[in-house]
Amino acid sequence: MREILIIIVSAILVENFVLIKFLGICPFLGVSKNMSSALGMSAAVVFVMAIASGATWLVNEYLLVRYELEYLQTITFILVIAALVQFVEIVLKKTLPALYKSLGIYLPLITTNCAVLGVSLLNIERDYNFVQSVVYGIGAGLGFTVALLLFSGVREKLEMCDIPKSLRGLPITLIAAALVSLAFFGFKGLFS
Amino acid sequence: MSNAVKTLTNGIIRENPTLRLVLGTCPTLAVTTSALYGLGMGISTTVVLLGSNIVISLLRKVIPDKVRIPAYITIIAGFVTIVQLLLKAYVPALDEALGIYIPLIVVNCIILARAEMFASKNNVLLSALDAIGMGIGFTLALVVMGSIREIIGNGTWFGINLTSDLIDPAVVMILPPGGFFVFGLMIALINKLTEKMDKKQAPEAAGCGGCAACGMCHNAENLR
Repeated sequence: MREILIIIVSAILVENFVLIKFLGICPFLGVSKNMSSALGMSAAVVFVMAIASGATWLVNEYLLVRYELEYLQTITFILVIAALVQFVEIVLKKTLPALYKSLGIYLPLITTNCAVLGVSLLNIERDYNFVQSVVYGIGAGLGFTVALLLFSGVREKLEMCDIPKSLRGLPITLIAAALVSLAFFGFKGLFS
Repeated sequence: MSNAVKTLTNGIIRENPTLRLVLGTCPTLAVTTSALYGLGMGISTTVVLLGSNIVISLLRKVIPDKVRIPAYITIIAGFVTIVQLLLKAYVPALDEALGIYIPLIVVNCIILARAEMFASKNNVLLSALDAIGMGIGFTLALVVMGSIREIIGNGTWFGINLTSDLIDPAVVMILPPGGFFVFGLMIALINKLTEKMDKKQAPEAAGCGGCAACGMCHNAENLR
């Protein structure tokens, strides 16, 4: 139990997925413009990361390792993730149309994303078992959520500021991200 | 002939994938802790980009439209696996240093974006030149960014000691905050320098929108 808690807390705070590990920057910069799209995106990310973690771990364990096909890891993982998300989207559309409306459009956006493939690869690298992998997936998704929500607040405030011409848009966003990332460094000593 | 030259030089300055189109930001921020890693990543990505652009261009009339994204991903993943294995065998130190960012080349927006926007619509020669141009632009941006971070954050350049015996380097530069900071300033600098460029020639920074335009989903357009 303590171990699982450590995995979650470190994924959210100590080694925040977006701000420290640099995974998931593209949607982070693109969708953090306002709170509502941030919330929708975050929900979709946690969801996809959790099931993708589990699915890729299972495929790795019972297919790739068993038949000594580890070199096919990259191809298999990305195809599993893409197929899974497509499948989830279809199921969601048919069974829970309300839910599909709020987070369905973000699903394809996260498929070819560093974050999901990153979490799958990290699970294998760290030799996690099935439960730990899924927990890490959820934790990473929550880390993404925390970073995204914090950052969309920062960006909403930035709208009111008078920014020099060359810095407008992405540059000032990245510099703001640098400061938020620096703040998260304060958590580094949390478990030592 | 001039079309070929134009395609080649396009990716280096005018439509530099990192600094103007702002695609592939994850590896840009993650591996530029030193100029050498930036160079290694740039070259690996260029190889994958070249391979996938050529193959996709060769098959562009054969792949059905509905399955084109999964098909592209499979082709790109194939080349990434080849590069992965080559690096593991011949340059294991680089493989060790770049870690998971090598397999993550497969989701590098640059490759999928060029496949979708160029290779699927142009012949093999132009696609190959586009890949080389984009690759050079990407590598250049990575090396410059890596150099800045390495010199200020570590006092070395490509491993050669520069200032580390004289002053204590600002370690924050090789840490994540430094990455964001340097990247932001570089884009600001490029914006300033190209302000004078003809408005019609300057391309739109695609950024995350470019990833969405990768064709992954058409409804993502409504998000912007």
